[in-house]
Amino acid sequence: MPRVPDALEPRAQAAPARPAGARPPVEDFARRLVAGERFALARAITWVESGDRAGAELMRLVYPHTGRAWVVGLTGAPGTGKSTLLAKLAARFAALGRSVGVVAVDPSSPVTGGALLGDRIRWTPPETGDVFFRSLASRGRLGGLSSAAFDAVRLMDAAGREVVIVETVGAGQGEVDVARLAHTTVVALAPGTGDEVQAAKAGIMEIGDLFVVTKADRPGADECVRDVRLQLGLSPEARGRREGFGRAQGPAGEEPTWFPPVVKVSARTGEGLDRLVRLLAEHRAYLEASGRFGRRAALDDVLRMEDEFRRLAFERARRAAERAGAWAEAVERLGRREIDPATAARLAWSGTEPFPQAGSAAGVEGADGRAEGPK
Amino acid sequence: MDAKAEDAPAMAGEARPIRVVVAKPGLDSHDRGAKVLARALRDAGMEVIYTGLHRTPEEIVRAAVDEDADVVCLSLLSGAHPVLVPKIVRLLREAGLTETVVMLGGTIPDDDVPAMRAAGVAAVFGPGSDLSEIVRAVREHVARARAGAAGA
Repeated sequence: MPRVPDALEPRAQAAPARPAGARPPVEDFARRLVAGERFALARAITWVESGDRAGAELMRLVYPHTGRAWVVGLTGAPGTGKSTLLAKLAARFAALGRSVGVVAVDPSSPVTGGALLGDRIRWTPPETGDVFFRSLASRGRLGGLSSAAFDAVRLMDAAGREVVIVETVGAGQGEVDVARLAHTTVVALAPGTGDEVQAAKAGIMEIGDLFVVTKADRPGADECVRDVRLQLGLSPEARGRREGFGRAQGPAGEEPTWFPPVVKVSARTGEGLDRLVRLLAEHRAYLEASGRFGRRAALDDVLRMEDEFRRLAFERARRAAERAGAWAEAVERLGRREIDPATAARLAWSGTEPFPQAGSAAGVEGADGRAEGPK
Repeated sequence: MDAKAEDAPAMAGEARPIRVVVAKPGLDSHDRGAKVLARALRDAGMEVIYTGLHRTPEEIVRAAVDEDADVVCLSLLSGAHPVLVPKIVRLLREAGLTETVVMLGGTIPDDDVPAMRAAGVAAVFGPGSDLSEIVRAVREHVARARAGAAGA
């Protein structure tokens, strides 16, 4: 594999010309971010979140420094106490001497685009330790979890945050996204809200590595735990069975196994928090022992590559269809209801064939300023 | 990501939503005003981070840094503004947030307004202020701050 030059070494990077007196170049910011500087990390997240070109450049520069953070996803229905749990967990990890990053995602209004990001209300910075806490709005992106959240996690990773906790409202697709991003996914459920049934509906039982029944000081917590265990296929008789990190005889000898534990936590009394932190550490150990720690991140990277590839392919095909006039024709005939959307898509697609030669395509891309940065 | 966002020069960001930290420094527990403001700013299309009650200047500055806020809106009804507000502004600037706009609301006597302005507060809004006027002031100050940052 060719060695990717360390773009952060001053000599390695020929910075594009910038007017004198302009804001610090991206390379400078990248260095400061990798050194762990708070302000640089905060500004970098703004850049990537805004789809700013500087953000894409920065991500390219710092990516070789990612892949070390342990990403913990936290999801669950609204009102299950995720924010409170997040605050407690972040403070715990910080108290253990970990450098912690938090990405808290809340929905944007589809009407105004505005957002009320309320996770800080439950957040009090711990006396000891260091937590970088960033709220993100979903900004109407499909998939629930803001795509900026993926980038924010990677930036925090590059900035040396050892544990990054991502919190997102679990409604529909969001929890699947968080599971894709996280090494360890924690699903929060509250007693007495019918969450157990809802959970089964939404399919989030499949994605949880740990299940937390919150508000354990309230009635119904034990029933909720029992229900979740049932859903997980652990019958009440199997209660003595070890949850968490275990080992089983496999074809290649002993293999690490993981049964999702169910933990009762009360943020008010502190009940269950120690156990939760211990089980999280156990899951981390399981990930390492099974080789999944690196594999999960790598899989996520490839999926993100596919997303971007899909976008590029779409843009190229659409431009080709537009040049051939097929796009406009398809839209027009669709508007007259002569054809249906699927047929219109095929008609537009027919205008993309044959694809332009590689050389001329590159020329066109360069001409309209859409050429991507160095790969 | 559309072409417009890609073609935008670094940090021009006119289309970037305004990020506001709404904070309650000090000991008073009355945050109805702060919550109403937060809601109004959200409905105006801004991303509003509310800190909750009883925040120290250090906590507010930390929030503003981590959240990369364009604006910090402080709400005080305790009378502690002559001490807390200048301290918050100073800590913000020391933390590198040189362009962040600071606005103040609550029970601020008229006589104190010049001192607050001198301390670096962009605008002061007392009880009964028109919400749309506050929204407009936030927009204007942020536009100026962003333009200043881009042209610096």
